[in-house]
This record gives sequence, C-alpha cells and structure tokens, in this order.
Amino acid sequence: MAVITRGFGGRRRDDADLPPGQYRTDDFPVLSAGPTPRIDLDEWEFAVVTETGERSTWSWAEFTALPADEPTVDIHCVTRWSKFGTSWRGVSVDTLLADVDTAAEYVVAHSYGGYTTNIPLEGLLDGQAWVAYEFDGEPLAPVHGGPARLLVPHLYFWKSAKWLRALELRLDDEPGFWETAGYHNDGDPWREQRYLED
Amino acid sequence: MLTVHVEADDAPWVDGNALAGPLGEIMGTDLTVAELTCAGCRTTRPLAAMRVFDRAPGLVARCPGCEDVVMRVVRMTGRVLVDVRGSLIVSLPVPTA
Amino acid sequence: MARAAVPGRLTWQPAIVAATRAETATARTLVLDVDGWTGHVPGQHVDVRLTAPDGYMAHRSYSISSAPGPGRLEVTVQAVTDGEVSPYLVDVAEPGDQLEIRGPLGGWFVRRLADRRPALLIGGGSGVAPLMSMVRAATNPTRLLYSTRSPSDALFSADLATAEAAGGGRVAVTKVYTRVAPPGWPAPPRRLDADALAQVAWPREADAVAFVCGPTGFVETMADLLVDIGHDPTNIRTERFGPTGG
Repeated sequence: MAVITRGFGGRRRDDADLPPGQYRTDDFPVLSAGPTPRIDLDEWEFAVVTETGERSTWSWAEFTALPADEPTVDIHCVTRWSKFGTSWRGVSVDTLLADVDTAAEYVVAHSYGGYTTNIPLEGLLDGQAWVAYEFDGEPLAPVHGGPARLLVPHLYFWKSAKWLRALELRLDDEPGFWETAGYHNDGDPWREQRYLED
Repeated sequence: MLTVHVEADDAPWVDGNALAGPLGEIMGTDLTVAELTCAGCRTTRPLAAMRVFDRAPGLVARCPGCEDVVMRVVRMTGRVLVDVRGSLIVSLPVPTA
Repeated sequence: MARAAVPGRLTWQPAIVAATRAETATARTLVLDVDGWTGHVPGQHVDVRLTAPDGYMAHRSYSISSAPGPGRLEVTVQAVTDGEVSPYLVDVAEPGDQLEIRGPLGGWFVRRLADRRPALLIGGGSGVAPLMSMVRAATNPTRLLYSTRSPSDALFSADLATAEAAGGGRVAVTKVYTRVAPPGWPAPPRRLDADALAQVAWPREADAVAFVCGPTGFVETMADLLVDIGHDPTNIRTERFGPTGG
C-alpha cells in the first residue's frame, strides 16, 4: 500500500452510474496526442470511403445541411474521467452511410493531423454514433475536435476521434493510434476494456 | 490539398525531460539523454528535446522539426509499453563509472 | 507499507514535508526529507505523487530548487488555477505530511560541476526554480536573467540577492519586469527582447552554455533570440512546462 497524503482528495467525485474505475468530472479536460490542427471551413472536407475505394464527400456547407440530431450523452475517457449529460449536434453515422453500398464490417476513423482509431461498423450504427460539430449549443472548439469529431459515447472517448476527416470502411480490422500502443481494441468502458491485456 | 495551421501559442506539450521518471522507473537508466533519429525527417535529437504530449492516454513524443511521432509510452496495468517505430535509431551514452 | 527504495533503482520513495516557505501569494517552497536521498545535479526534477485515502493518485513533475545535498531537497511550486496537485502543495500541505517522490530525474537539462563553461540562465516565471538550484551551486561564472511579471510575482528575491552577494562576482542576477516594475526601477515594464538579452549574454568566444526554463512560448522565444544574437544552438538547453494542470 502506498503512502497516504493527508488532506489530498484530488479533483474527482464518486458517483453512481459510473463505469468501473471512473470518476465524475464537471470540467471538459482537453486530451491530445498532438498539436491542434486549425482547419479553415472552406477547405474542410469529410469523406466516407468504401472497401472498393468509392468516395462520398461533403463540403462544410453540404455537411451542415444534412439532417442533424441533438444527442445528450455521457462520455467516458480511459484516463478515468467521465462527464455526464454532454449535449451535441451532429449527423448520425446512419445518415452518412444511408446511400453507401458496402460489405464492410470495420471502420477506421481518420483525423486531420494523422490520428486514427478503429471501430466495428455495427458499433457506429443504429443511433450509436455521430459526426458532431456543435457542443453545448456552440460550434465545436478546435481543442475539442472542431470543426467536427466522431462521437461514439458507448466506447472510451479515444474512439471519438477529434478533427475527423474520413471514415474508411474495411473488410478487415486495422488497429489505430492507441490500439497499436497498448490500448484495448474494443474499448468498452462498462467492461473496463482499457488495455490490450484487459 | 488542405492546409493545417498550427498556432504557435497553442502548446499542450512539455519537453522530453518529462519522460525521465516514467521511463527511468522501468529502464533503470536515464533515457532522456538518448539520441533519437526521427523516421520522418531523419534529424537526430536527444529525447529530452522532443515535444511530449502528456495530456493523453499515453505519453507521445514528437519531433519538433516535423511533428512526427518518435516514441509512445503507455502504462498498462502491469506493463509499460514503449513504441519506437517512429525512430530509426536510438543511441545511448556509454555509462561512466 | 512503504517499501524501502532499492539502491540504484528508480522507485517512489516516501518524503516528509519538513517545512514550507511562502515565496509569493501563489507559490511556495516545500522542504522535503527523504531517507537515503543522495543529492541531485542542479537542473534535475522530481516527480511528486499524492495518494488520497481511497487510493486515488495523481503525480506531477517539479524542479528541485535547492542546492544539492543529502537527505533533503526543496521543490518550489506555483499554484496552477484549477490544478489538482499544485493547489494542494501550495495551500494545504503542512510540515509532517507525507507524500512520495521519484527522482532525481533528467540528465539533459543539468549543469554539472565538472562543466567549466560560463552559463547564462534564463528563467520565465516559476521557470526560475531549477535555475535557482544552479545559482546556489554555482562554482563557475553564472549569469541569471529572470523575467517576471511584477515584484509580487518574483520568486527567490532574498535568496538571489544572497547568492549574488556570496558569489564573489561569480553570480550576476538581472531581472526584467514585464507588467509592473518596482518603484524607482530604472527600466519600465517590458518584454524580454534581443536588446535585453544581448546586454547580459556572454560574448560568443566565451563558449557559454545557456539554460532556458519557463512557459513554452517564453522558452521558444528566448531560444530563437539566443540564436539570433549568435549563441551556438547546440549549447542551448531548454525546459518548458506546458499549460499543464499542475
């Protein structure tokens, strides 16, 4: 057992409804594995690329004209903070893939700046995931992944790639940035799938 | 081609010096004086002079020249993973008595 | 039960707060007693770990500001707004409290006694902490350029004056105030610029080594200015602290 430091409580709060090993925070910590890319909206483009190489692309104007949802969800970061009741506006992955012909079972999310993360396609469908561009009624700030980020609240938040550029549909799985560096391939917070070895 | 603008004052990183503790604990030697050759731009610098993004699920060291990742350190439950695929060469000073 | 540290292995060791000293309204020095501590090289840091009664842990890195010596070290901590560890160390910790440290750490941003070159130390804000250790231990010519916002933000005011007086001309301290200067100060508040730097920099033929520590933007600017005024880039060592949640 470690040395206990008198009077130190840390910043976290305990709470019910938390996945195992998580603490509640009311802040929105900024985590990043690299510099924050600044992307002009008139240069921004989002693409869905199928396993045959077919590309569907949207400009910012086209993207924000798509039917949007306003989900309010709890988010869980693998660094052990959870934030309840976050409000977003974004386009569901169901909407983005509605006209896409694919036999893919896996998806790699690609970000501006080079980050990647992998998710089984079925984990993104049926209202489970969005490409979000507003947080709390405001345009999504660059430090939180703006112009647009993936939002997959049922998985650890590293799967919700910031600065999203493309969703690549694949027949095979391709582990992403953290998934190739010791983090769990699936990342379900309720099963506490933090690390490779869990 | 899209341009990505990185603002100079936006610096969520510290120097590679910050890796001395996490790496020293497992390696038993000071790896921050190791020189790493970036696989991206092939420049060589001490690990201490790399940029370390420490507000992340792991510690990510990037080359200050080209911003490519030269090292990743992830503390798992019972192991520490060190990924150096972004470095072509890691050279260490010979210990002196 | 805390395990005794194995010699030669870098592990977390118990430390006891022996004393605290307020440096400013938001910064203080903690004197830590550590069994078996054999000293450090000026410039090195320690990781400090706090553990809550329920097992929750948080750790951060802090520079050692004291001169090297056995059994005891000092860290100087600036409280970071909304930080988790630094507000505890600045406002809550009292003599007798226990925490853990890992170190001494880092072999690059260090000034070894065997290094005979003159040194230019440039500190921004609380980045002066590791430089204070270098000043206290200086056996070779040492110039410190310290940039701080105002007299009430300045760390180590008395200690720097003492070190300068005791240095027998070896140690020279220059302060630059960026927002508020003390009454009667010869220069108005200003940013550290190339002119100010050139006035304290060693001539090129002195083969001086420069140590720069401070917030990331400050360090970037100073390192660039040093190169601009002709300092050899390979003799510049830097330590930045990001906007981290101390």
